[in-house]
Amino acid sequence: MDHSNISLTLEVWRQESASANGKFVTYKVDDVSPEMSFLEMFDVLNERLIREGQDPIAFDHDCREGICGSCSMHINGRPHGPWHATTVCQLHMRAFKNGDTIVVEPWRAKSFPVIKDLMVDRSAFDRIIQAGGYVSVNTGNVNGVDANAIPVEKDKADTAFAAATCIGCGACVAACKNSSAMLFMSAKVSHLALLPQGAPERKDRVLNMVAQMDKEGFGSCTFTGACEAVCPKEISITNISRLNKEYLNAGMTVDKR
Amino acid sequence: MSLTGLFLISFLIIHVCINACIFNDLFYPEDDGDMFNRAAHFMATSMVVRTLEYGLFIGFIIHIIQGYVLEAKNLSRRGKGYKINLANKGSKWYSRTMGLLGTLLLLFLIMHISHFWVPSRITGLEEVEGKNYHNLFILMVDVFHNPVIVVLYVLGCISLAYHLLHGFQSAFRTLGMHNTRYIGMIKGIGTAFSIIVPFVFALMPISIYMDWIGRN
Ligand code: HEM
Ligand code: SF4
Ligand code: FES
Repeated sequence: MDHSNISLTLEVWRQESASANGKFVTYKVDDVSPEMSFLEMFDVLNERLIREGQDPIAFDHDCREGICGSCSMHINGRPHGPWHATTVCQLHMRAFKNGDTIVVEPWRAKSFPVIKDLMVDRSAFDRIIQAGGYVSVNTGNVNGVDANAIPVEKDKADTAFAAATCIGCGACVAACKNSSAMLFMSAKVSHLALLPQGAPERKDRVLNMVAQMDKEGFGSCTFTGACEAVCPKEISITNISRLNKEYLNAGMTVDKR
Repeated sequence: MSLTGLFLISFLIIHVCINACIFNDLFYPEDDGDMFNRAAHFMATSMVVRTLEYGLFIGFIIHIIQGYVLEAKNLSRRGKGYKINLANKGSKWYSRTMGLLGTLLLLFLIMHISHFWVPSRITGLEEVEGKNYHNLFILMVDVFHNPVIVVLYVLGCISLAYHLLHGFQSAFRTLGMHNTRYIGMIKGIGTAFSIIVPFVFALMPISIYMDWIGRN
């Protein structure tokens, strides 16, 4: 593999604040190592901007190992950039060629308003989780029941685990033409609906979470499949069908209300 | 959306079967579309079918209203758009253009109703000699000798094919089918349905225009 450093042109969305009008600003970045991550390339650029007395580019990041879901950049028309099943923090500069122009935008959805530059407010997801993404059984070894003491069928455990890998990054919303949060929702609902620990709140959970999702103003799912194509954790769109089933079932059979 | 869509699909099955009676002419040219006329007569006079027809109109209207409401709501959720869109990298073009395909179908439907349903039910049609039923077959042969109309019908069938290619499987998933084996099956059946039914429909104006049937 060619390890020589590359030069790039970045077109980055800059926006002072939530209420300001933003615009694209072009930056030349030279001497980019192909071993850098995409975020490290932004770190290098930001250090230069700070040295030059300019405002550094604001972007979200935390773990930088693909597990927290904070990083969120729409790179050349694709959430998280060109690599399949990869978050921006794990995207490496060897994905690009010398001389490339890269357009970097924030997630776009009314429910994810821009805070500054590439940072968006994803607290709508937190409120959806608060509406039902929890279990009330005690866990842990002291006051609770060891999770492994409860038998779970292997297939269900595997499917629940796969759904549980959703990191709440919001790429599904960013990619969907309807700005629908259904892939995220379906991952959270499936994860808990499939496990015995999630059974007590099973019906309320799906009804409350969907109600909150609608309140937050996300669009409706029409099964275009864009969410699944960009999800860094490869959450399967069949979870959305399961969510629909859970919702229909809960709506028709819930005991209160 | 999914329920009305599936209801309309069930209507398509009946519609295509009855219309396919015109192909009887290929084997018995002396039949002159009589088999089709008799089937259409049954559909027009049976009380049960006439009642179902109201259901069909309501089904179409609800589906169209739901479709446009859904489309308008979903379009309003983005706010500012992207400079570069994900486009075909994430989904099929026809999955993203159900509203447009549906609009083409609506235009087609208006033309189609004015061609056949209006004369048959409202303004009146000549009857088959010696029988007490309409000669819809002659009307069909008349209408489909206009090349512009034939092209519009074929385009309508193509829009229908793409609308169904997405809609058929989506409807089942909307209703909660999540077993991957069954989804695979439904996708297969849906693809076959979306190709075969519009193809048979499209063959009708084409074979009449080409004088394969109804030439005497
Ligand atoms: C006449 C005009 C029509 C209009 C304006 C229309 C419009 C729409 C729209 C906007 C959607 C949903 C959008 C989406 O999923 O992205 C849709 C879905 C659908 N349509 Fe139509 N449509 C029409 C005719 C038909 C016909 C004739 C059929 C079938 C015979 C049909 C079957 C379906 C099905 C099965 C769905 C999918 C439902 C789902 O995803 O749950 N539509 N239509
Ligand atoms: S479903 Fe995938 S894309 Fe959506 S929030 Fe979860 S990890 Fe991100
Ligand atoms: S920074 Fe945590 S997933 Fe990218």
